[in-house]
Amino acid sequence: MDIVFTSEEFAEVERFKSLYPQPKAAIMPVLWMAQKKFGWLSEDVMRYVSSIMNLPYSHVLGVATFYTMYFKKPMGHRHVQVCTNVSCMLRGGEDIFNHISEKYGIGHNECAADGDISLEEVECMGACGGAPMIAINEDFYENITIEQIDAILAGLK
Amino acid sequence: MYSVPHLVLPQISDLHKLDVYVANGGYGQYRKAITMTTDAVIDEVKRSGLRGRGGACFSTGMKWSFMPKGNDKPKYLAINGDESEPGSFKDRQIFEYNPHQLIEGILIAGYAMGITKAFIYIRGEYHKWVRLMQEAVDEARNRGYIGDGMKQTFGGNYTLDIVVHKGAGAYICGEETALMNSLEGDRGYPRFKPPFPANKGLWGMPTTINNVETLATIPPILAIGPEAYSKIGAPKHPGTLLYGVSGHVNKPGVYELPSGTLLTDIIYKYCGGVPGNKKIKAIIPGGSSMPPLRGDEIEGVMMDNESLRAYNTYIGTGGIMVMDEDTNIPKVLLRISRFYHHESCGQCTPCREGNGWMEKILRRIVKGDATSHDLDVLFSVASNIEGNTICALGDAAAWPVKGFLTKFRSDFEACVKPTREFLSPNIAHGRRQSAETLIQSV
Repeated sequence: MDIVFTSEEFAEVERFKSLYPQPKAAIMPVLWMAQKKFGWLSEDVMRYVSSIMNLPYSHVLGVATFYTMYFKKPMGHRHVQVCTNVSCMLRGGEDIFNHISEKYGIGHNECAADGDISLEEVECMGACGGAPMIAINEDFYENITIEQIDAILAGLK
Repeated sequence: MYSVPHLVLPQISDLHKLDVYVANGGYGQYRKAITMTTDAVIDEVKRSGLRGRGGACFSTGMKWSFMPKGNDKPKYLAINGDESEPGSFKDRQIFEYNPHQLIEGILIAGYAMGITKAFIYIRGEYHKWVRLMQEAVDEARNRGYIGDGMKQTFGGNYTLDIVVHKGAGAYICGEETALMNSLEGDRGYPRFKPPFPANKGLWGMPTTINNVETLATIPPILAIGPEAYSKIGAPKHPGTLLYGVSGHVNKPGVYELPSGTLLTDIIYKYCGGVPGNKKIKAIIPGGSSMPPLRGDEIEGVMMDNESLRAYNTYIGTGGIMVMDEDTNIPKVLLRISRFYHHESCGQCTPCREGNGWMEKILRRIVKGDATSHDLDVLFSVASNIEGNTICALGDAAAWPVKGFLTKFRSDFEACVKPTREFLSPNIAHGRRQSAETLIQSV
């Protein structure tokens, strides 16, 4: 895919810039948009963002690597995030992580060879009341069992 | 709309819809506020005794009064919805069930401090709640409750607009100065204070940062009156709090209750007790950075900041984590330390390096590979992080380590050996022997 935004997306970038007193602040929403479109933030994508934002590449790289949710390598279509922080750990989060890891043969921050599924052991997602929880892409699944996860993942193919 | 204790989350269905909110008297408190002087609004908040809900428990009215008067330069309001503290999941309820009360709180705060632009910073993981909040803000703007339409809806010349900003996964951005750097488009590194945000905040302009729950509490305070509000719950930390209960309880979730509610009432009366009627081993009262309580000392503990201080812990964000008698305490602490090591921004050496050391030592302890000396090293590393960093993340990492080590010493001692057993023979010792033999032979 060519790394280039459409004119609608350029308009969106300009809108983001207009929301803040200084256009630099739009970098986070623009990186979100770039990740959504291109899948992950490769060096080329970051260089492209730096050119349209008029910011040094080093700055874009610094911001992109500071935040864990910007992918610095390709991730799967189904990005499975398993929380193993305290509340989820107490209710079996680690077993869930190990189950998915063994079933698909991928570890933390790894993606299956066909790009279909990737796994990440995440820190607290703010769903402690629904522990154990996983998130697949942008959706939360709370109070979940291993059987339910298998069913959900089978349904999302 | 408001009946104690349901002030922040009134039990009205579909309250997230603007029409339902307005039909129940919504935006009425803002109408009332603009008939008062700005000083009178700040004074009401001061008299209510409201203390910030983000964890530091600072007086909200006092914070507002620090903002300089006059309109010679722009002023900003940042709303902290980054809640990333393990065990906290309260602001999410406000985004989902009562976003317009938050917007009304922002309007009142903005009017009181003469602010015309507010930024709601929501953590990136909350995709759905960012969307819900954005929808509420857009609806309010389209219907003239924020933005230029306010002049027509409410009269007067005052307008305020709100931008919803999505984070991207960094716990540190919940720290107010890191949040400002993140909003400005930089890495989320905390800034040194002073200068304080009220003097030099976002883009160098006077800025106030308030927690989501704090601002959502403002409309009910004006509605029931500051005196009535200050009489709810504990006198020194009044009002209702959103307690988020998780871990080993039958009914985990967010409960809005008066401050100073008995911890045992929260666990047994509201959350249905511990599964399998097990005993409680430990409780973290306010999110993972707060020192824990032992299960045998929770009788009579009241959940407000002043009462918890007597037990050397704090209310934090009100995220209560309950652990039953079978919990492996060193493993829990390892998980907490791993979190803070991962989330340290790396600016200050004690936090960046110390958190790594603490994680390594705890890993050894959990593996059964540590000696009792390691426990002392762990405690001293924690003591050397605490108070020696720019922001409070260092303290947040040190407190649970020191708290767990002090209160559950026997659990840790059960995991360690008295001395280290060496697998290979001591090479230095062997060489000395041979040297001595050498001298003797000469």
